[in-house]
Amino acid sequence: MHKFLIRSFVSSLVLLFTLTVAAVAKDVKAAFVYIGPTGDHGWTYQHDVGRKAVEAAGFKTTYVEGVPESADAERVLRQLANSGHDIIFTTSFGYMNPTNKVAKEFPNVKFEHATGYKREHPNVATYAARFYEGRTILGTIAGTMTKSNVIGYVASFPIPEVIRGINSFTLAAQKVNPNIKTKIVWAFTWYDPGKEAEAAKALIDQGADVIAQHTDSTAIVQMAEKAGVYAFGQASDMDKFAPKAVLTSVENNWGPYYVDRVKAVANGTWNQKDTWHGIGDGMVVISGLDSQMPSDLQAKVKKLQADLASGKVHSFTGPIYDQKGNLMVAEGKTADDGMLAGMMTYVKGVEGDIPK
Amino acid sequence: MIVDINFVGLIIASIMASAVPLILASCGELITERSGVLNLGVEGMMIIGAISGFALMTVTGSLIIAVFGAMLAGVLISTIFAFLTQTLITNHVATGLALTIFGIGISAMIGKNFVGIPGKEFPVLFEGLKDTIPLLSPILFGHSIVFYFAFALPFITSYFLKKTKIGLIVRAVGDSPESASNQGVNVRLVRYACILYGGAMSGLAGAYLSMIYTPQWIENMTGGRGWIALALVVFSTWNPIKILIGAMIFGGLTIIQFHMQAIGVRIPVQFLTALPYIVTIIVLVVISRDSRKIRLSTPSSLGKSFYKDN
Repeated sequence: MHKFLIRSFVSSLVLLFTLTVAAVAKDVKAAFVYIGPTGDHGWTYQHDVGRKAVEAAGFKTTYVEGVPESADAERVLRQLANSGHDIIFTTSFGYMNPTNKVAKEFPNVKFEHATGYKREHPNVATYAARFYEGRTILGTIAGTMTKSNVIGYVASFPIPEVIRGINSFTLAAQKVNPNIKTKIVWAFTWYDPGKEAEAAKALIDQGADVIAQHTDSTAIVQMAEKAGVYAFGQASDMDKFAPKAVLTSVENNWGPYYVDRVKAVANGTWNQKDTWHGIGDGMVVISGLDSQMPSDLQAKVKKLQADLASGKVHSFTGPIYDQKGNLMVAEGKTADDGMLAGMMTYVKGVEGDIPK
Repeated sequence: MIVDINFVGLIIASIMASAVPLILASCGELITERSGVLNLGVEGMMIIGAISGFALMTVTGSLIIAVFGAMLAGVLISTIFAFLTQTLITNHVATGLALTIFGIGISAMIGKNFVGIPGKEFPVLFEGLKDTIPLLSPILFGHSIVFYFAFALPFITSYFLKKTKIGLIVRAVGDSPESASNQGVNVRLVRYACILYGGAMSGLAGAYLSMIYTPQWIENMTGGRGWIALALVVFSTWNPIKILIGAMIFGGLTIIQFHMQAIGVRIPVQFLTALPYIVTIIVLVVISRDSRKIRLSTPSSLGKSFYKDN
């Protein structure tokens, strides 16, 4: 509760400031609404890197950080729309309804909602990244590099995005090493370095020698470094935090998309669409591969990366079975986007139940 | 399921490491509260300690400067609280809450330039002995100096309060500032000192998080541990030894629930996540059954301002 109060207070202050600044200029102006602080070095941080790319392209931008996914979001959106912003990016799933609601009131302002699926008005577009493609690469590396055949996975919340990542990772790891076991620990937080480190430590103590994460902070890779096991960076290149542990990172790269869309508004070519970009479009970037990886694995990963980019390989290619052995994707078929977007069952080989 | 004795040792060592910031901040706050001052700004002082320690380590490269700098930062920010509540006689609760909000805000501001920088490795002691004794080795050896200090602190605090003259004065000030004042004790000075000491310990707790436990800076990285530390003081009925137990229970349940998940125990994760809080409530209920004991152990003037001019 206290966090919420502080956040609201800070966002109001920032907003007040934005409003004063906003009243003057005439060019296309973009606004960004963030769920967390820009200092989280994770999700919001990467969106802010994208915002800076828009600035570098010559556009004015403003942002409001720490906006709760509640009626507060509507208030913030209304104020941003009222203060002369031409395009507003709302960068968290929970902004879905507020975005659509406010978009109706401001038909001349473009709204871009990240990770959502509702486009109720012609001025609302949605966008997301196919992070699961990155996890296919991580799974391939993990399955090859593990010696104990136990891979740890620190998860955040049981939502399709995270389940999809676990499945994609496990399928890839099993493909190169049928003996692996993925142990999953739900931390129920997106970022709390202490808790994340504790979750990673528990997995390492239980024999995991490769740790994957779907939480944001660098605590997990640091813990892996301390314990002498491997790990992967999340959202940004985390190599410098754990040079020995980090084999590679999956980076969220929003900049090119943001620049594109703001330019489209400037040129009058902006249109409503649903974007789901992966490695091929550069929204998901694989960082440099660590030299500890054998050269044949590096070559394999490079090839996989190219094949995922070109569409030759799909992360979810059948036959895929769920935990009970029911067929999810038939042989030779790939999972469609609808199935991916709503994925709430584990594939065969993942241990445990999804927390309900 | 798993009976490896070294594995048990590893779990206990993890639990102890997670308890360190709670013990430090709670023992500091305990002294503050024993002098009759309720400082709800622990979270704010901790986060200030965390960013100060991390920033000083990055800028100066010296771990010693960073650790003491973090404590000093805790002292400085608690001086604001002390000045407001003791000199300007403001309300403790409101001022403490303001201190937390202020701390979180200002740490985020200072911290902007320190996001995404890896921390330094903090030296550990007795690492060579790590594999010598089964079960005990991981518990006893291979930790930072702050770790050992934290586990000595409750005993030092207990001794200080019970056996030293200054400790008795602190308790007298907390129980009856009027009587203490009539005996010639400078109540305001004692309370200033206790608040500043609490600030130093909270600062150290924050530095432990940003420099040793998870060597990095991100906003809000204390994650509510300051509030838990505050609760632990009540939980312990102002007894430092019980703080040790409480901190182990609280840190321990989180770690044990992670282990249970990893082993694959089929208990709903939400229940496991809520477990530390459920246990806290149960313990509080058990403690509060004995209302006489609560009344006796609570500093009588806790949170009340003392007006008399010296």
